[in-house]
Amino acid sequence: MESGIFHTTYEKDMALRRTPVMRWRIILALTAVLIFPFLADGYQLTLANQIGIAAIGAIGLNILTGFTGQISLGQGAFMAVGAYSAGLLMTRMGLPWWLTIPIACVITAVVGALFGIPSLRLKGLYLAIATLAAQQIIEWLITHWTGLTGGVEALVLPSPKLFGIRLNTDFNFYWVILLFLIITIIFAVNLFRTKIGRAFIAIRDQDIAAEVMGVNIFRYKLLAFATSSFFVGLSGALLAHYRGIVNYERFTIETSIFYLAVVIIGGLGSVSGSIYGAIFMTLLPAVLTNIGRALGDTMPGLAGVLPFVQQAVFGITIILFLVFEPEGIAKIWRDIKDYFRLWPFSY
Amino acid sequence: MDKFLQLTLTGLTNGAIFALVALGFVLIYKASDVINFAQGDFLLVGAYIMFGMVTQVGLPWSLAVLATMILAVALGLVVERLVLRPLIGEPIISVIMVTIGLSSLLRAIVSSIWGTTGRPFPPFIPNQNISIGGAVIPADRLIAIVLAAILLILFSLFFRYSREGIAMRATADDQQAALSMGISVKRVFGLAWSIAAVTAALAGVLVANIIGVSGVVAGIGLRVFPVVILGGLDSIPGAIIGGVIIGLLETYTGGYIGGGLSQVVPFIVLILILMVKPYGLFGEVRIERV
Repeated sequence: MESGIFHTTYEKDMALRRTPVMRWRIILALTAVLIFPFLADGYQLTLANQIGIAAIGAIGLNILTGFTGQISLGQGAFMAVGAYSAGLLMTRMGLPWWLTIPIACVITAVVGALFGIPSLRLKGLYLAIATLAAQQIIEWLITHWTGLTGGVEALVLPSPKLFGIRLNTDFNFYWVILLFLIITIIFAVNLFRTKIGRAFIAIRDQDIAAEVMGVNIFRYKLLAFATSSFFVGLSGALLAHYRGIVNYERFTIETSIFYLAVVIIGGLGSVSGSIYGAIFMTLLPAVLTNIGRALGDTMPGLAGVLPFVQQAVFGITIILFLVFEPEGIAKIWRDIKDYFRLWPFSY
Repeated sequence: MDKFLQLTLTGLTNGAIFALVALGFVLIYKASDVINFAQGDFLLVGAYIMFGMVTQVGLPWSLAVLATMILAVALGLVVERLVLRPLIGEPIISVIMVTIGLSSLLRAIVSSIWGTTGRPFPPFIPNQNISIGGAVIPADRLIAIVLAAILLILFSLFFRYSREGIAMRATADDQQAALSMGISVKRVFGLAWSIAAVTAALAGVLVANIIGVSGVVAGIGLRVFPVVILGGLDSIPGAIIGGVIIGLLETYTGGYIGGGLSQVVPFIVLILILMVKPYGLFGEVRIERV
């Protein structure tokens, strides 16, 4: 009879697969995502791609906010940097699409680190407000630096091609996103088994203690900003190539709030939580739209209020999660697993 | 010179409104260490309730203002009790996010009742132009300054002399000490939220009177961050002076430099202030060397 998971050696504690069942869960999940595009229709594929991009962005934000404890309200702006970098590198400099993605990530990482500099003196609330300012400043630059970005005009990208195949169809781009998502997950999961990742967590848990133990706080905070922004830039660049169009309206403060909601509802400081959150928050409005459409025949007034219902449900979901389950879906999932593992003596 | 005077007057009115919104902000932060991202939506709710009371219910505007204030108090109390109280002692990100969720919810409620199209506000303040030393200023803006000034003086007196005001300052200073002196901290939190909601509602009415009722009113909630950071998050005089400075700064950059720069300059100031003097001009300095 099991009474919980206890590791007796450091090797076991550090292992990626902590329980034997996990191997099967991973295989199952991989099979599912590999089979999915052959069964799904176009609408479901679009949703899946949105989830994939949101998951990459959420993992990026979670590295900064969930693992390092630095609240960022600038996610939307950093995604914009990634998306515009990818777009401009392709349209202005004629680089191939696959090369624009890593360069866009690096540019976003640099910009992220730059706006991370205030974190030298600021934390918590004040840092959140500083990132809010970063969001406003970058947004303003994008809309007003017309010579570079085209201002409020949308930036149109040529479609990415690989061996002559157009990639920006839902089906083809699914594989691109999946590849990058898997790389991101593997990187993020492993990051927190290294010295750097542990330093991030130490800073989050107790920054003074971390400093005393020899963690160079400023360096690691900047590193956290850069790493996080790298993946945020990745999701922005992928979004740009997937949509074939970059518009500042997709990267406002609303986007920043959406991603914060994703990581909070998914679970702060949890890589798998970021994915659960991305799935939940992408499907929620879609499900509401479908319910609204299904009920539309019987209740004709519904279509008009649907956007407000979505907005209200978005707000209520955040509030309810924070009040009742602040550790998010990751915690709920863990509780369910523990319940069955420990049944019938679950205490 | 005329232009300068004109800009100064416009800046002062904007500043007065900023100060009023910032006041609610500072109150909540002082009493309960919560940053309210939904402050802008409180403005929106206030403006729309007033709009509904005057045009849809048909109340005279004096009664409508009273009704708006009462409903705002109720809103503040409900929000504090249902949303913020369960989060006492939770990490700062939870508190920030819960007010963001609240903001989304309030905006959805307002738009589902009144829609999203902007409407003209029933003119309850006479709207003719008054010229002062060559500069022309609409009367409603002038009255906005006066009203804001009266409200700010009233609040300052309230904090200085009234029993509740002193209890609030004590709570802000040290919650445990306040509790041990027999002050009900819960009541103080409720009071802080209801006062903040009332000031926000009144500011909302003033703003709506100038620009009409629409979702734009809520945008002031974000524009007030530079104000409170500049003045200091926990300082009422700071909110007033910060409001005036940012209001003037916005109109001067808009008037003399232009190019939409006035939207972003406050935020650049915000970043600079945060790097140089994070607790603002009048905020209480909490030294922590990490």
